[in-house]
Amino acid sequence: MRPYDVVIIGAGVVGAAIGRELSRYKLTVAILEKSEEVGFGVSKSNSGIIHPGTQNPTGSLKGRLCVEGNRLMRTLARELGLDFKEVGELIVAFDEEETFRLNELKKQAEALGVPRLQIVDKKWLEEHEPNLSREALAALYAPTAASISPYRLVFDLCENAIQNGLELFTESPVQGIVKTRDGFDVQTPRGVFRSRFLVNAAGLYADQIARMVGVTDVTITPRKGEEFILDKKREHMANHLLFPLPSKISKGILVIKTSDGNPMIGPTAQDISDKEDLSTSDDGLKKVLEGAQRMIPSVSADDIIAYFAGLRPVAGEDFIIRHENAVAGCVTAAGIQSPGLTAAPAIARMVVRILKDHGLALKKKFFFRAHQTELRHLFSIPFSVTRRLIKKDPSCGDIVCRCEMVSAKEVREAIERGAKTLDGIKFRTRAQAGRCHGSFCTTRVMKILAEGRKIPLTQVTKRGKGSQIVAGDRRDA
Amino acid sequence: MHERELVIVGAGPAGMAAAIAAHEEGVKDILLLERDQYLGGILNQCIHTGFGIEYFKEVLTGPEYAERFIHNLLGLQGIEVSLKSFVVHLAKNKTLTYLRPGELETVKARALIMATGCREKTREMVHIAGTRPAGIFSAGLAQKLINIEGLLPGKEVVIVGSGDIGLIMARRFILEGAQVKGIIEIQKQSRGLTRNVVQCVEDFDIPMYCRHKIARIHGRDRVEGVDVVAVDEGLNEIPNTGFRIGCDTVLMSVGLIPENELVEMAGVALDKKTNSPVSDTLNTTSIPGIFVCGNAFKVYDVVDSVTRDSAACGRLAAAYLKGSNG
Repeated sequence: MRPYDVVIIGAGVVGAAIGRELSRYKLTVAILEKSEEVGFGVSKSNSGIIHPGTQNPTGSLKGRLCVEGNRLMRTLARELGLDFKEVGELIVAFDEEETFRLNELKKQAEALGVPRLQIVDKKWLEEHEPNLSREALAALYAPTAASISPYRLVFDLCENAIQNGLELFTESPVQGIVKTRDGFDVQTPRGVFRSRFLVNAAGLYADQIARMVGVTDVTITPRKGEEFILDKKREHMANHLLFPLPSKISKGILVIKTSDGNPMIGPTAQDISDKEDLSTSDDGLKKVLEGAQRMIPSVSADDIIAYFAGLRPVAGEDFIIRHENAVAGCVTAAGIQSPGLTAAPAIARMVVRILKDHGLALKKKFFFRAHQTELRHLFSIPFSVTRRLIKKDPSCGDIVCRCEMVSAKEVREAIERGAKTLDGIKFRTRAQAGRCHGSFCTTRVMKILAEGRKIPLTQVTKRGKGSQIVAGDRRDA
Repeated sequence: MHERELVIVGAGPAGMAAAIAAHEEGVKDILLLERDQYLGGILNQCIHTGFGIEYFKEVLTGPEYAERFIHNLLGLQGIEVSLKSFVVHLAKNKTLTYLRPGELETVKARALIMATGCREKTREMVHIAGTRPAGIFSAGLAQKLINIEGLLPGKEVVIVGSGDIGLIMARRFILEGAQVKGIIEIQKQSRGLTRNVVQCVEDFDIPMYCRHKIARIHGRDRVEGVDVVAVDEGLNEIPNTGFRIGCDTVLMSVGLIPENELVEMAGVALDKKTNSPVSDTLNTTSIPGIFVCGNAFKVYDVVDSVTRDSAACGRLAAAYLKGSNG
């Protein structure tokens, strides 16, 4: 078999963005993903904030890539049909000392090139953020902060890259890598993938992949963050993303506007050792509530409808993006913690440049399809349009998920476009993501998924192997 | 857009009782909207007995109880039943927008009865810590999987809370050959009906841990176990009382919430804690002419009471229509 030009390990936002960027060129590219769904590692639990570039040290790689990524994300979101909302952020000061620090932050961010920053006073805050605590004295306002759906970004990057010729292999964990004379043999349960260049975008496991090629100076420490999602009824409790002043290890407990409308509060930041530990805790809930109430005093535990934990892949202070000079042809993109999602399009460009500098020939494809149709949610469009769509295709009006009003058409389309599990459908369509948590629609979604994938109902999983929804068919007993 | 005297949303026991009663009072232009493809609502998955003891003085299963009303209803001139009809919007002036196969319809009601039932509280609403694997079900979903779909959700079950659906499902799982390893109830005693405690739990020797709660759920892909801990009178955890129960399934039976998102959209005032309409009298709301009955108005223990009170709601709507006519 002819070797691939590039094999990318990991289909999180970083791997997917690199893959999509490479799909512009006349190259053979494969992405290997260990899970059944793309983006189900670090990216899935991202808060979806497109950071403006504040809160990064001057001269840092992540600061530079964040500012560039924020700019690139606008075009990318438009091309992929993603809901990019430029809501702006406020970094809120609660005392004189913090107010003083705002100026420092502003100067630092301006040096990185963050545009249109402004210090706003108490009066401005009272007018523009009426639910904000009365104790807030001032804030640094960054209007270029935005929100996006982090998982839909990954889904769409992959889908678009595939349309442009990239090959995606899910359920393909890398078991070993052999450095050959002119490339790499990457071993997976699907067989060996031979490649000239290798990109390590393996998130939490980037250190293990690095060691497979003999690179020993990358260590990933998982930093856990617990997040709590509030009922959509609280959508307008804040008008901006609300940040406290940052600490050494995190940006603190935030009040987040998500692209789906539900506000989110969190995350905690705790260094742990287990890369699989996604549990939430009573202590996390307490910390997040306290932190959020400091911003918006009216937030209560009763507003919470869902929660989860994610792990940031931390490898020191900054991102590691480099060619491994001891292993010609191998590029590492590791330690991509916050603001990694924002920076992803810029990271992709940087990685492609590194590959080029080390001998990858980049010839633009004659036809690169940058745009793709968005999944249209029935109730984000006017009733007149809905009426026309339903007339054309009755399954548009066949409601599966009552809480989020998701139609059978949307569920089937998600499956056609790559969803393989119930969570894959949930994160694409929001079916099962509402107040009842799938109590009413799970059976219907299971049936559509089983039908679409031609598998028995007993093989339907929540998020991949081992997470079967039911234990058996009682008629078999 | 067309106009109707009375529109009723939901054709479970509440909606059907209200429709029949309003019809008896002389309302002859009734549109009954049901989102499912059959009448009877949640009764269809309740294949156990215990229904109708008060109302019919007989012991019936859920589908049998529903069947009596369906039979009665379908024989009446002046009630139009529209199945697979899903209301997506409700305005203050009682104009409803709903989907039915291939159509988006708008109808203006002179009086409106919402009989939209309730949903189950989730694990998230009681903030149980731990992981989020497959194998966590609301008791009602487990009931649907077994009784309607013929699927067995799991083999080693722990039930959180002792609401009636949870107790009934404890017995159901045992009859299906699964093991029920415990029922965890935070209160001093079960919140279910005594007959269910006796017939579903005690008769099958299922351990019931009252004044206990689940502190944590374990398992990465599928549930592997739960940590249980005793609580004091103030519901605070008592240190060093924790123990682990291995299981592959967690059923949530921690209470029900009225489904009132549609009337809320129209501007009806809801109680923030209970999600019921704020009202001094049964079945009325803050908007004249919009009535709510059955579990959407308040959560009931037995369906017989739902039938009784919802029939009263049908008469109330009829009286409202007469009043506004004259």
